[in-house]
Amino acid sequence: MSLPTSPRARMHGGINPPGNKQQSLRHPIRRLPLPPQLIVPVQQRGEPLPELLIGIGDRVEKGQCLARGRGERAVSSHAPAAGVVTDIGAQPLPDDQAGGVTCVTIATEPCVASARCLPPLDPVECGNEMFLQRLRDAGITGLGGAGFPTHAKVRAAIGRVETLIVNATECEPFITADAALLQERAADVLRGASLLLQITGATRCLVGIQDDAPAAIASLQAAMTDARFQLCVLPARYPHGAEALLVHVLTGREVPMGRPAIDYGVLCHNPATLHAVARAVLHGEPLISRVMTLTGAALRDPGNYDVLIGTPVAVALQACGLDEWQHSRSLAGGPLLGVELQQATVPLIKTSNCILATTEAELPRPPPSQPCIRCGLCADVCPVRLLPQQLHWFWRSGELDKAASHHLEDCIDCGACAYVCPSTIPLVQQFRLAKTSLAEQCARQRQADRARERFEAHQARVATQQRLDEQRRRERAALLQRKQAEAAARTETVNAVTASSAPSPQDVIAAALARVQARKAAKRTAEPTALPPEGEAPP
Amino acid sequence: MNNRAAAGSPHMHLGHGTSQVMQLVLLATVPGFTALFFCFGWGVLFNLLWVPACALACEAAVLKLRQRPPLPTLRDCSALLTGVLLAAALPPTAPWWLGLLGSMLAIVLAKQLYGGLGFNPFNPAMVGYAALLLAFPVEMTRWLLPRDVGDALPDFATALGLFLGRETLTPIDAYTGATALAVFREELGGQTVAELWQSSPVLGRWSGAGWEWVNGGFLLGGLFLLYRRVIGWQIPATLLGALALLSALCHDGGSSASHGPPLLHLFGGASMLGAFFIATDPVTAATSARGRLVYGALIGSVTFCLRAFSSYPDGVAFAVLLGNFAAPFIDRCTQPRVQGQQQ
Repeated sequence: MSLPTSPRARMHGGINPPGNKQQSLRHPIRRLPLPPQLIVPVQQRGEPLPELLIGIGDRVEKGQCLARGRGERAVSSHAPAAGVVTDIGAQPLPDDQAGGVTCVTIATEPCVASARCLPPLDPVECGNEMFLQRLRDAGITGLGGAGFPTHAKVRAAIGRVETLIVNATECEPFITADAALLQERAADVLRGASLLLQITGATRCLVGIQDDAPAAIASLQAAMTDARFQLCVLPARYPHGAEALLVHVLTGREVPMGRPAIDYGVLCHNPATLHAVARAVLHGEPLISRVMTLTGAALRDPGNYDVLIGTPVAVALQACGLDEWQHSRSLAGGPLLGVELQQATVPLIKTSNCILATTEAELPRPPPSQPCIRCGLCADVCPVRLLPQQLHWFWRSGELDKAASHHLEDCIDCGACAYVCPSTIPLVQQFRLAKTSLAEQCARQRQADRARERFEAHQARVATQQRLDEQRRRERAALLQRKQAEAAARTETVNAVTASSAPSPQDVIAAALARVQARKAAKRTAEPTALPPEGEAPP
Repeated sequence: MNNRAAAGSPHMHLGHGTSQVMQLVLLATVPGFTALFFCFGWGVLFNLLWVPACALACEAAVLKLRQRPPLPTLRDCSALLTGVLLAAALPPTAPWWLGLLGSMLAIVLAKQLYGGLGFNPFNPAMVGYAALLLAFPVEMTRWLLPRDVGDALPDFATALGLFLGRETLTPIDAYTGATALAVFREELGGQTVAELWQSSPVLGRWSGAGWEWVNGGFLLGGLFLLYRRVIGWQIPATLLGALALLSALCHDGGSSASHGPPLLHLFGGASMLGAFFIATDPVTAATSARGRLVYGALIGSVTFCLRAFSSYPDGVAFAVLLGNFAAPFIDRCTQPRVQGQQQ
């Protein structure tokens, strides 16, 4: 049993909304009855289509691998229950209600057989590669937030982090899934954390938890025997759970928004993910169910349930006693970050930590918004120290560049500003839109820059080519000229040489005349002697 | 599940609206007005009833002209608050047309012509007050002598006569006199502060007789606003701090060159009203925490300079308007450091 340490820094701002956690903590974790149908997503967003190991009509066993991911980051998916595959195709999901992710639909059959498991791994013997491969094969993705594949995150952290943070700060109202899990299975969570400490080479593990979960704190303290583990109890305040903020609060290190904490020597994981890691490695269990909070005033029996992945929301809510008359809307996630579900047919997936089936009385819709009076409450609660009142102004006037200079892209969508805004302005939606347009603008700018760069490169290439051509032509011309000049020079030299060595025509004529004269003279003298003057044959 | 379009997160709200904010500010003016009424009599009450009514009527008329439904906007209580603050600034001898004109200037010119609540660059009540002060200096500076200083406060009928503009019926000069700040500007002459304090009946224990109670009342209301977190501490703290600091520096040990002791400035004129109710108007103030420190200090300093060196005895209204001018620039220069960013 270890005593909790105190946080190293304080979060700026934040809000204290009513917790509403007791409703779902009245019972231990329960199981839902087997749903007649399961819709299991087998593809991760942004990843290529997986390699399907089954076809429509195939009978599958509980825990059987349905599909193996093809991408570097993709993980395998498993059948949460025995049954028959009835459909394979794109289905809407809570986080992607347009429906673009491939899912396998299974008509379930009651079956008493336990899940098909992988062989347990010995974490000391197996080595990093086998360990990471096991996380992939067991289909483990982050169960807290964005569902990032755990093996990829751990791989990036190997040798680069010295602290592992267990993010048990369930700061959003209504959600108690992590608290319930820690209350009952803290040992498994800590086992998962030790495995990751061992693999990544981190030397310490900080468990961050809020003081509004006393039972979970007690159970964690009882399970903590390792000196590398430290429990850090934070005062309940939203949004402590945002990764960059939690790293700051627990370690005193400020991580820029949007940068991975791994770059700053910290690996952050959710307790549910660590629990799944421990089960997958030590017991070979694939990730086919998770603990989630089903709560809200529209449910007669709210609580934490161990739910099979792929259970349709409507089925799960019915099993908890949904009061159709009171029910106003369902949120996937909590009231501050959750997404309103458009249809009850969507399945619960690995990242679903809460479904809030609420009533109009419990979560009334805000009245129509009024003009901003710049009261600055939003800036007081913004955990990133942005000035939402200014960003709102820039958004209204379409001055995206000014919004960018006020660090719009560092907004983490936590919604604290909109929660306190007395004019009930939908600030988060506006900022999301602004961020989207800013990103589009950036993309367009990048594209334009690229096009311009290409064009300029092309121009430069053409210019170089022309210059080279010109140079070559000039060289050739110069060569030609030189050659001609050389040729001309040669002929002139020849002429000059002939001119200087050969006798002039007059001389030649004179010489010839002289020779003729001489011959004549010789003939005249030879006639009396009858001797030929030179070389003439004797008769 | 219903068919209404899904709203984005967050789906939860604290539940405090703009009108609650305004109502709390209205509530906080009660002690100040009580002191005003106690010290200056019925005229205060006439202003308090008449000016806000004019402000609401002006707001409704302009909204009608702009073809907006008037009721939802009137219910946000912002026009009512502007009227009440203007009423607090008008002298208790003000005739009805002064209040009407002031409300029109404040609501129509300074607020609605810029687009209504949230879009006005200048504090509407102060625009109305400053314009009246420039246009009607006599009427605007005709303050009554506070209770127990002059002969007597005008009774109900006299005050009503003044309000209805029939001042010729009443010998007004019997009731009026210079305020403490004006006394300090004009009558110090060769005397020391202590001598003046002896000789002048309008000076009370720390500041102007009666005025110290009025300022105390607004201070009390301001502390209530701070406690309820309707306003931040930054603007009042630096405004009053700058005022106190500058007056202490120029106090000169109470010689005849003094511009008055710090307590005179803090509890004289419109200091507390300005610090807690006027300068803290969020629409026209600087908006970041550091910006508000600068903004408050600027208004405090300018107020002191106007009191000490200009021809007006008080300068809160002009100082606030100057602060409004500077607010966007202050905001630009005082952006807070974003989490995770290196300085």
